[in-house]
Amino acid sequence: MAHAETAAAEAHAHAGHAPQAFIWKYVFSTDHKVIGIQYYVTAMLMALIAGTLAMLIRLQLAWPEKTFPALNFLTKGYTDGVMNPEFYAMLFTMHGTIMVFFVLSTAPVSGFGNMLIPLQVGARDMAFPFLNGLSYWTFLPGCIVILSSFFVGAGAAAGGWTSYPPLSALRSAVPGSEMGQTLWIIGMVFFIASFTMGGLNFVTTILNLRTKGLSMMRMPMTMWAMFLVAVLGLLSFPALTAASLMLLFDRHFATSFFVPSGLVLSGQLVNHQGGSPLLWQHLFWFLGHPEVYILMLPALGFTSDILVAFCRKPIFGYKAMVGAMIAISGLSFVVWGHHMFVSGMSPYLGMAFAVGTMLIAVPSAVKVFNWLATLWRSRIIFTTPMLWALGVVSLFISGGLSGIWLGQTALDIHFHDTYFVVAHFHLIMAGAALFGVFGATAFWFPKMFGRMMHDGLGKWHFWFTFLAYYCTFFPMHYIGLAGHMRRIYDPYQYEFLKQFQPLNQFITISAFILGTSQILFFVNFFWSAFRGKKASENPWNAAGLEWTTPSPPPHGNWPGEIPEVHRWPFDYSVPGAEKDFVMQTDPAPIGDKAGSH
Amino acid sequence: MAKLQGLFFGLATLVLVVVSTIYFMKDWLPPLRSDRIAIDDGIGVTLLVTGLVFIATNVLLGFFAWRYQDKPGAQAAYWHHNAKLEWTWTLVTAGIMFMFLFHALGLWASIQKTPPANAMLVEVVAQQFAWNIRYPGKDGIFGRTDAKLVDPGGFNFIGLDKSDPNAADDLVLPQNQLYLPVDQPVRVRILSLDVIHSFFLPNFRVKQDAMPGMAIEIWFTPKQVGDYEIACAEHCGLGHYRMRGQVHVVQAAGLDTAIAAAIE
Repeated sequence: MAHAETAAAEAHAHAGHAPQAFIWKYVFSTDHKVIGIQYYVTAMLMALIAGTLAMLIRLQLAWPEKTFPALNFLTKGYTDGVMNPEFYAMLFTMHGTIMVFFVLSTAPVSGFGNMLIPLQVGARDMAFPFLNGLSYWTFLPGCIVILSSFFVGAGAAAGGWTSYPPLSALRSAVPGSEMGQTLWIIGMVFFIASFTMGGLNFVTTILNLRTKGLSMMRMPMTMWAMFLVAVLGLLSFPALTAASLMLLFDRHFATSFFVPSGLVLSGQLVNHQGGSPLLWQHLFWFLGHPEVYILMLPALGFTSDILVAFCRKPIFGYKAMVGAMIAISGLSFVVWGHHMFVSGMSPYLGMAFAVGTMLIAVPSAVKVFNWLATLWRSRIIFTTPMLWALGVVSLFISGGLSGIWLGQTALDIHFHDTYFVVAHFHLIMAGAALFGVFGATAFWFPKMFGRMMHDGLGKWHFWFTFLAYYCTFFPMHYIGLAGHMRRIYDPYQYEFLKQFQPLNQFITISAFILGTSQILFFVNFFWSAFRGKKASENPWNAAGLEWTTPSPPPHGNWPGEIPEVHRWPFDYSVPGAEKDFVMQTDPAPIGDKAGSH
Repeated sequence: MAKLQGLFFGLATLVLVVVSTIYFMKDWLPPLRSDRIAIDDGIGVTLLVTGLVFIATNVLLGFFAWRYQDKPGAQAAYWHHNAKLEWTWTLVTAGIMFMFLFHALGLWASIQKTPPANAMLVEVVAQQFAWNIRYPGKDGIFGRTDAKLVDPGGFNFIGLDKSDPNAADDLVLPQNQLYLPVDQPVRVRILSLDVIHSFFLPNFRVKQDAMPGMAIEIWFTPKQVGDYEIACAEHCGLGHYRMRGQVHVVQAAGLDTAIAAAIE
């Protein structure tokens, strides 16, 4: 039973020690709630930028023959209203990079992880508050470096978010491979350093600072997710750190980790020998695939916790849900090669990676079945967070099933690098993560700002986003089946793709609606943060520990002693209980999960 | 409005299921022109199985959202586990996945197996942003190449060493034009001169990365005479989108003439 508190957290606890000066309270803060909000807001602003890049991608795919003189102000991007092909490569490279790392890893993990871990485990703060502040102030320079790359020399990195060498290693291979790619590497190193500090804090806090009575098997699903993603990050990111530094050396110091001999670029012999481009792919995806689950697991955790709160019913199959998350995390380390089925690696390796890939479908399916069983015979209250949680379930089904197509090695020959893959990961990874973040925002907004988000506006935002999301990404399965490649500046150069321009236009219009409807979110967010209805301690009548402290929680999280936990956080509609929920801190000997540790 | 959310969600799910099913019934795959029909069959079976699961789970999700929306007098069940049910769906899913896996591995092995002895050999060397095609000629052996000899001005794109006797009868075609015989297995040796490309024949269910520093061989059998497209499927730089070639499948007897005519 871990309920020890470090001296640091104890010292933090006394309200008198809370910093008063604006700069220490809100800028260089060591309070996990402030740091969480800093991460979250930064990530959402990065999302605006990355989303705008996606809109330009879609504009080009729908109407490559049209001119847009209004966009000439993007001097690197457009000449006489026509997009430059190298700019298109920058768009998809930076859209992917920013979204995967600086938005969808950051908002759910660094944002909500920081905000929620001490509140849900019952701690005064994270285990290492200073390290926590430092992690944010390491992350922010990473964002600035990545964004600044648009303004240097030939522009931002243009080798794809996966930065496959030799394209990313040889500076003359593509315009963005000059300064842009170097800044990409430096930005990633900042990001990884920050994420590592965060991960250390997450693991330590969850293992060591849980309040009395809170055994691991009484934690909310969100805490399980945060614990596992921190472990995944700590184990997988070092591979990318190593790879990035090797790439940096190949680019600037004439090493040859990734570049073989005998290459000729634009008629010039390349002076490298002995490297292997496949090595980069192994290292990159050794991180890259666990990374997918770093994005997704928090969303799955939020979804479980939000579903039960608005189903007014305990989570179904808690042990299986935890087991499924652990299984997914473990298997995520032995599937990376499914990104490389047609790369030329040994076909036997392809078989081995197919095994892991197909197996990971089992715990994923278990999660869906358990959610459905949670909904069965429940009493659903349709709040905004509940709609987002249902959206995650829907996207997880739609996006998950196409994984079974892609995991079959031979079938992947046709699908690899087509829009079928784009459809798959936007539904399951990006979509589920994004919807999870929106749900979590609406649900835990009271703990962030002490106010409620506007529910009506939130619902409109959900419906526009949900419908537009499907209209944007679902049809990509069809063009992917037809062989439509990714990362193509002008698909209609190919005879067999000419017929898909109308469908691409439909996708683009849906994407514009999707993009535009995010205004609803930002208006709601900022309006509610300052003007929203004041929130009570427990506005949703939820049973979790975080709902036993005022909204927003004071410095040190609980005004008095940290409460003791007596049950799991899922006791809704317990027979014999006075209300339809029993707080996690309630010692009453009712319900199945009370009393025993 | 609030009262209708469950109904809305149920209807949205229903529309998703119906519309996506109708569209998935269409034949989206490019017409198959090789012997790799097993891939199409695999896609068909996968579509069927995952499609049924998609419909079933979505219908349940939409139905539950509508059916169990809170109304006066409603009561949620205090029900949170059922070992038998949970083991059943876990094992059934695992069983289905193992069947897929078993089938997928067999299919992969059949595609990767040693090519028949009568297979014709051709080499594809990718470069930014073109495909170089070479046949070994009568001797069946490719002449030596050397990156130092690459001379785009002299049209020696692949650096063929003309002093090598084996190179004498090598047939180097104009870029982006590949000629293949119908109904005869072909071995394609794929290389890259600069960055990673991917040799993609949508009509043949063929895709193989051209990996710098490696010579990767694949094989398949073209099944119908005609002209088809070669696409580059791996981002290879600013001209990636126009790295397009053509495959001309001709009668085996007319192959040499067709190649000779193309070189002329």
